[in-house]
Amino acid sequence: MYKIVKKEVLAPNITRFSIEAPEVARSRKPGQFVVIRADETSERVPLTIVDSDPDQGTIDLIIQDAGFSTHCLSCYEEGEGFIDVLGPLGKPTHMENFGTVVCVGGGVGTAVLYPIAKGLKEAGNTVITINGARNKELLILEDELGEVSDELIITTDDGSYGIKGFGSTVLQDMLDEGRQIDFVVAIGPTLMMKAVAEVTRPYEIPTIASLNAIMIDGTGMCGGCRVTVGDEVKFACVDGPEFDAHLVDFEEQIAKHHYYDDEQACHMDKIVAEAEQEKS
Amino acid sequence: MAEKERSRPPRKKKERIPRQPMPVRPPEERNQDFNEVALGFTEELALTEAKRCLQCPKHPCVDGCPVSVDITGFIHLVTEGDFIGAAQKIKETNLLPAVCGRVCPQEEQCEQVCVVGKIDEPVAIGRLERFVADYEREHGEAAIPEVAPKTGKRVAVVGSGPAGITVAYELLQAGHDVTIFEALHALGGVLVYGIPEFRLPKAIVKSEIDTLIKMGAEIKLNMLIGKTRTIDELMEEDGYDAVFIGTGAGTPMFLNLPGENLNGISSANEFLTRVNLMKAFREDYVTPIKVGKKVAVIGAGNVAMDAARSAKRVGGDDTDVFIIYRRARDQMPAREEEIHHAEEEGIIFNLLTNPVRFIGNENNYVKQVECIKMELGEPDDSGRRRPIPIEGSEHIVDVDTVIVALGTTPRKFIAETTPELETSKWGTFIVDEETGQTSKEGVFAGGDIVTGSATVIKAMGAGRVAAKAIDEYLSE
Repeated sequence: MYKIVKKEVLAPNITRFSIEAPEVARSRKPGQFVVIRADETSERVPLTIVDSDPDQGTIDLIIQDAGFSTHCLSCYEEGEGFIDVLGPLGKPTHMENFGTVVCVGGGVGTAVLYPIAKGLKEAGNTVITINGARNKELLILEDELGEVSDELIITTDDGSYGIKGFGSTVLQDMLDEGRQIDFVVAIGPTLMMKAVAEVTRPYEIPTIASLNAIMIDGTGMCGGCRVTVGDEVKFACVDGPEFDAHLVDFEEQIAKHHYYDDEQACHMDKIVAEAEQEKS
Repeated sequence: MAEKERSRPPRKKKERIPRQPMPVRPPEERNQDFNEVALGFTEELALTEAKRCLQCPKHPCVDGCPVSVDITGFIHLVTEGDFIGAAQKIKETNLLPAVCGRVCPQEEQCEQVCVVGKIDEPVAIGRLERFVADYEREHGEAAIPEVAPKTGKRVAVVGSGPAGITVAYELLQAGHDVTIFEALHALGGVLVYGIPEFRLPKAIVKSEIDTLIKMGAEIKLNMLIGKTRTIDELMEEDGYDAVFIGTGAGTPMFLNLPGENLNGISSANEFLTRVNLMKAFREDYVTPIKVGKKVAVIGAGNVAMDAARSAKRVGGDDTDVFIIYRRARDQMPAREEEIHHAEEEGIIFNLLTNPVRFIGNENNYVKQVECIKMELGEPDDSGRRRPIPIEGSEHIVDVDTVIVALGTTPRKFIAETTPELETSKWGTFIVDEETGQTSKEGVFAGGDIVTGSATVIKAMGAGRVAAKAIDEYLSE
């Protein structure tokens, strides 16, 4: 049992957990993820490690309630635990001093972005972070990102906070202004990462995206996380999760994300029905 | 009937007992669920079959067994009705008789060299093995093998598949402390994620592996060695005196054809892991599984048969499942028994057919596969006649699910983090065949990680070889 030592609701449907997993906390590096199974009948869910405390033996995860399994995970309370936590998985982010780096995070992708921004800052980069969300209420990690960034720009889709609009537009504006940008990291919804890749492509600025692929084991066994990168097929779990955003076939990834929509919906319907039965 | 039998001379009667058939469930019943297909021998069938064994002193069958089970010895105990004694006799060298009795290719091993087989069908050794193991398990606690006094030496076994289980079993008996590191959330490796419930019930796997825990093995699940800990850390920081690597061949191979990443195309590993490890076929388990109405399984090995038969069960009666294989029937690598069961269950075989590309719909879902007909030419390196495409024979097959079952290769986590370990160009570890010793002192390996994907029993055989060498290494 991997005990939940702290649970914090960051925004509606976005929860941060600190979980006892000393072996993972000890060896984990930014960009890596874990696979969690909540209980015996649950599916295995990949989640990026946001932060870790090797002394306390804990790792932090941020979970957005966005489907059946993430909903179930979000319902766990402090003191309870998950039966399986496997990690750290995937390749760590390649850290070096590129110069000026722009980190573009969207929605819960910001949770994945934070450790990378932190690592890039520690590697000596000038870090500009664009933290985007649908609205003010859903914005997360503003303070944490502020601490590790030389410049923090907030965007919301509805303009309820910061600049109204998308991170990719802000990035385009910066390039139009002629600002020197040496490296870009984009993490968030697939369409947002695709948009960022298109912005940086004409400038040939190296850009990476962190993919949120469907996978079972997370150890290279199922191949469910296949991604076309240029003319090669890679496994997101062992070769990624980060890839050259200019080479990733994002359309293929978007299609894959919807493959099990019906099954997820079916399970959700079941919980709603059970909840209603309990009420009556 | 009785009258007729009595009239025969007794010696002749013994020679003429036919090989007893395995009772199986009717195909139209069994392809509706995941319960076991073969029902196993009754006591009567077992006693009759056991009498067919000649008890020959040279017992070539024992040499034909990769783990040298005392076959004549256990069959003799069956003839005396001592079924539990027979099971324990097998367990002297094999912890997993209920597993091996079900999944070993006996026809290529013990039964292939059986002396009875020279004039008649060989003794059904596998069926008898399965019977006594099941009998022991169903008639109370299985006995825990004796463990030698503690040596104080600690061994890390990496991977809990057939090779690792065997090493752990032998070394525990020798008195060493054994810790088993498993990356997944369940012990057994391919026995739990790969082979389906209807061929190998998971409760039986668990029951046989539980013996290791009762013998004192320490189990660490969710430990991916090479990521969570490295081999060097296990030896230098965690104090293990020796390491056995039995991590198998886990990475699925694909065809590398256009359209292979479309939705609806998966590896057999993914499909079977969803069904077996994640129990996606059960309503109460959350992991999804999707099977359409036209399922193509590419490949014709045992894993392809398992995937095809599982797809039929998940999809139901109105799901057509067909094997696409580029060679002919005689060259299919699957066991005859598995091919036969698949045919009985309504699996269609499109042989001498090779996929060329996959075609998707507007939503990126696979809808067709273009294939080409093949003919057999001269033998290739494998000795099998080489399949050659027939020009102009391209044709389109409608599909909505494709399962690619082409085999697997080793994963690289350990090789990448342990530079001292020498590997081949295929990523397998290079070892001394006599001992399983790798190029790094104190580190041994065996099973698919050394040979590439092979069989359960070959991995167990390699485990036995390595265990003996590890025991000797620790005694130095």
